[in-house]
Amino acid sequence: MTIDRIETPLSLRADDVTLGYTGDPVVEHLDFVVPQGEFTVIIGPNGCGKSTLLRGLGRTLDPQAGQVLLDDKPLRKYPAKEAARRIAMLPQTPVTPQALTVADLVARGRFPHQTLLRQWTVDDDRAVEQALTEVGMLDHAQRFVDELSGGQRQRVWIALTLAQGTPIVLLDEPTTFLDIAHQIDVLDLCSRLHRRGYTLVAVLHDLHLAARYATQVVAMRRGRIVAAGHPGEVITAELVREVYDLDAIVIPDPETGRPLVIPRDRREPST
Amino acid sequence: MSLDTPRLASGFRVAVGPVRTRVLVRPLAVGGFAIVVLAIVGVVTLMHGTLRIPAGEVVDAVFGNGEDRVVRTVRGRRLPRFLTGVLVGGGLGAAGAVFQSVSRNALGSPDIIGLTAGASAAAVTQVVVFDGDRVAVALSALVGGVGTALAVYLLARRDGTSGGERFVLVGIGIGAMCTAVINLMVVRAEIETAVNAQTWLAGSLLARDWTHVQMLAAASVVLLPVLVVLGRRLTMMEMGDDLAAGLGVNVERVRFATIVLGVLLTGAAVAATGPIAFVALAAPQIAGRLSNRSGVRLVNSWIIGAVLLAAADLASEAVDLGLRMPVGTLTALLGGVYLMWLLGRKA
Repeated sequence: MTIDRIETPLSLRADDVTLGYTGDPVVEHLDFVVPQGEFTVIIGPNGCGKSTLLRGLGRTLDPQAGQVLLDDKPLRKYPAKEAARRIAMLPQTPVTPQALTVADLVARGRFPHQTLLRQWTVDDDRAVEQALTEVGMLDHAQRFVDELSGGQRQRVWIALTLAQGTPIVLLDEPTTFLDIAHQIDVLDLCSRLHRRGYTLVAVLHDLHLAARYATQVVAMRRGRIVAAGHPGEVITAELVREVYDLDAIVIPDPETGRPLVIPRDRREPST
Repeated sequence: MSLDTPRLASGFRVAVGPVRTRVLVRPLAVGGFAIVVLAIVGVVTLMHGTLRIPAGEVVDAVFGNGEDRVVRTVRGRRLPRFLTGVLVGGGLGAAGAVFQSVSRNALGSPDIIGLTAGASAAAVTQVVVFDGDRVAVALSALVGGVGTALAVYLLARRDGTSGGERFVLVGIGIGAMCTAVINLMVVRAEIETAVNAQTWLAGSLLARDWTHVQMLAAASVVLLPVLVVLGRRLTMMEMGDDLAAGLGVNVERVRFATIVLGVLLTGAAVAATGPIAFVALAAPQIAGRLSNRSGVRLVNSWIIGAVLLAAADLASEAVDLGLRMPVGTLTALLGGVYLMWLLGRKA
């Protein structure tokens, strides 16, 4: 059972974009092609522009210059709902509504498919059920969202974006504020979605988890992309020094063989 | 027409003609109940006055049947006053729902964020400086409300967005300035003009006639349907601007449009009756609490706002405190108590 979504892969890329808020732009003249069918993770230090880039790709931030192109057509030229049927974006801190059931929250993800006359159809029902099945929260459908644990809540938010039925899903720090078990939980889910054919782009802070789960890693520093590729090739001691100004040794993770970053101990040796 | 229950989401799936929608039981029941209450308040209001009329005759008189004197009293005086109360209360309720949603704050109602004060300042200036007639005062109130809203919106704007707490804080500041203007005007006016201004400032439904009803009805018919359509988008925006934008809502455009519609509703209300406190603040909260569900409830806020003002007007007439208290003063009193409760509960 899958959610009805546009099955043909879509190409999404940033073409010479400048992104920012008031003041100096955070990202300047950046080119980036979202790898189709991959689980891409963007890493980099605080303020390097990774979330800003994601927001640009997700249409929640308009480029000051340059363009984001979806199938070679500028993203801004798409009517808002049409774009929202192609790209879903889970922001860092959505506001959890009070007194709303899990199913009713996920139902809001159907908004881009609804019109004045067709506000709720059987398709919407099916999409909600499938999205909840996908994230393993079907049994909790009638519970209130504000009663859930942080990890469960995050899965529900992801279900909302899945209910949108888009081939591309962008996740801005989906594991922040979660304990390690729930982080693994959410990333396992992302991996599963990737195998089901979604193109995923996530911003993550944890290098170890990024290396373990990503099929493509993009490292950013000061608004520029420093390196991109398979985590095994990208995440090296040199890169960690270049991107984070941090001395580290990188060894293979005994569990997965992916790179494991271990920061050097800079303290005075204690007796 | 067909009706069944969705698998997981709440409510009933309804199909009527080309329309496919989902109806939530509790908000619908709340709205229905409020309409019944409104009807009862209406009948009692029309019965009451120097000439006491039994309920049965009142209903007949509304449709133009019965004793000439009774029909004249009901249709000529009491009915327009009641309908003005309903339309003003409803407009304020719906406007309150908009502003509370946009500011994501229970205090974000037009009386708190300075719109009512702005409209009043313009109206009082009209009374004191230009000695304007009723129409001029009403128009000034409308223009004052719109101007104040524009100032609040622009000053609260930062990084291209304008929602949230800034909206309330900027509004409170602008409101304080407008109140200062009102006081200045009243102080420098001749005593007779000052009394006129004060009477208007008290907010009243006394002697409101069909011209008021027509003006308000026209405004409501134009503004409310658009607002109801945009209500779904406001609900999405309560989960955060980014999430709503990701779902295909043109956040800033919707915000601007709903603010404009809310301001026009407020302006029309203030123009008709003078400033009426409390209704815009409380109606959306009561609607939300009774519906026991998140989301912007514009229709229910409208109905409950109408009930509140109509009931307050009835109370201000019926309860004899030895003085005729204008309904605006009564609602301001209620609003103060409610505000203290709201703040005390949060602390």
